[in-house]
Amino acid sequence: MASYPAGYKYTNDHEWVELSGDRGKVGITDYAQQQLGDVVYVELPEVGAKLKQGQSFGTIESVKAVSELYAPVSGEVVEVNAALKDKPEVVNADPHGSWMIVVRLTNAGEGDTLLDASQYQALLK
Amino acid sequence: MEQATEVPLKKTPLNARHRASGARMVAYGGWDMPIEYSGIVAEHMAVRTRAGLFDVSHMGQIEIAGKDALAAVQRISSNDASKLAVGQAQYSGLLTERGTFIDDLLVYRLAPAHFLFVVNASHIPRDYAWIAEQIKPAGDAVAVDASSRYALLALQGPAALEVLQPLTGVELAGLKYYWFANGEVASVRATISRTGYTGEDGFEIFIPPQSADRVWQAILESGRSADVIAAGLGARDTLRLEAAMRLHGNDIDETTTALEADLSWIVGWKKEDFIGAAALREQKANGVSRKIAGFEVLDRGIARQGYDAYVGDAKAGAVTSGTQTPFLKKAIGMAYLPAAHTAPGTEFDIDIRGRRTRARVVPMPFYKRPR
Repeated sequence: MASYPAGYKYTNDHEWVELSGDRGKVGITDYAQQQLGDVVYVELPEVGAKLKQGQSFGTIESVKAVSELYAPVSGEVVEVNAALKDKPEVVNADPHGSWMIVVRLTNAGEGDTLLDASQYQALLK
Repeated sequence: MEQATEVPLKKTPLNARHRASGARMVAYGGWDMPIEYSGIVAEHMAVRTRAGLFDVSHMGQIEIAGKDALAAVQRISSNDASKLAVGQAQYSGLLTERGTFIDDLLVYRLAPAHFLFVVNASHIPRDYAWIAEQIKPAGDAVAVDASSRYALLALQGPAALEVLQPLTGVELAGLKYYWFANGEVASVRATISRTGYTGEDGFEIFIPPQSADRVWQAILESGRSADVIAAGLGARDTLRLEAAMRLHGNDIDETTTALEADLSWIVGWKKEDFIGAAALREQKANGVSRKIAGFEVLDRGIARQGYDAYVGDAKAGAVTSGTQTPFLKKAIGMAYLPAAHTAPGTEFDIDIRGRRTRARVVPMPFYKRPR
């Protein structure tokens, strides 16, 4: 059973965000990677892209399916994890360590609208 | 409002085993089937490098027997069954009068006047109804839906022979590709066929349903030291795509003819008559306007079933199967394109969710096993 970091916030769409100051680091949860199966392709936005909470910021593809990635928080993309381009399978191996983008938050209050680890795990039951 | 009727999913005799093994289950063609056990990539690689064991008991079996069984099969099956010796099998099509696919199938000659068709799971009732009706003019032959009498396992991969041999008295090395033999596996009465849907060497094993679990367990046990693993429908699909085997419902259906699907080799051109013959002969004489082609995606992206293909600015066809394949590690697929654009090397575009992505026609199969 995977552990869900207590310091992260989670969405109903199975993304996580690690909030730190005005930055949010975003990835997908262990549950999401299990549902997807073997990840073979991750398509991410360019640095500078402006995202609204809930907006699609990219796609993730497994052998069998394509899924949208949704921004847990609003903000501007300031970093993109380029390593996922060549090694998308690390999302399966280490979902909570494989961040996809870092956003500079434009609405710090949004963090409160997200689930904490225990709420998220309750959602999975 | 009318309540939708829930039709319960059908289960193979191994359903409890799959669930107990932690397989991820999906609804497929009306059946509750394992899509993956340890992961599609791991299972795909196991089949390419060692062996994988599949439960394909959802497939249908229709038997045709009677004095005129050969004439009946010749009428309804596109390939030439007169070329089959007893103990031999062939790939074929169940075609409409237009030469398009009601289904594709394997035809086994069990005895001179006794044939077994293995058909796709979701088409069993329709195939059976079609066959029973269409063989009537052929004379003394009856069709029986025997699907419930068989469980079907597929052991596929380069290690398949060494894993299966200790469990059977049938001399497997003497069994040629697309031949079969009756015998036993793990002391269970079985028909062992050197066939498969993965592009690897391997065997398909017909056994009584009540013995399916015992044979399944015996094969996995025999394969333990060779690291043989259970595999699901997900890997079956990626494996067959690398081998460019058509999937009915994706690459062939009632809108595509055997010639458009580039399956001229399963048409018995020398036969006098069969359902679809006139349409196919006409199409052969006049040429096809569109044809299936294998492709590789050149830019980044994965082309999937249903995505549109473009030649220049004009929509020219659609992808029928496509994925990122685990062994070749490329985004490949099949698409119907204008026949003039199907020569290997020809480039075209695929609309991948709003983005035009370059692709190139390549020869099929994408993967050919080393011999």
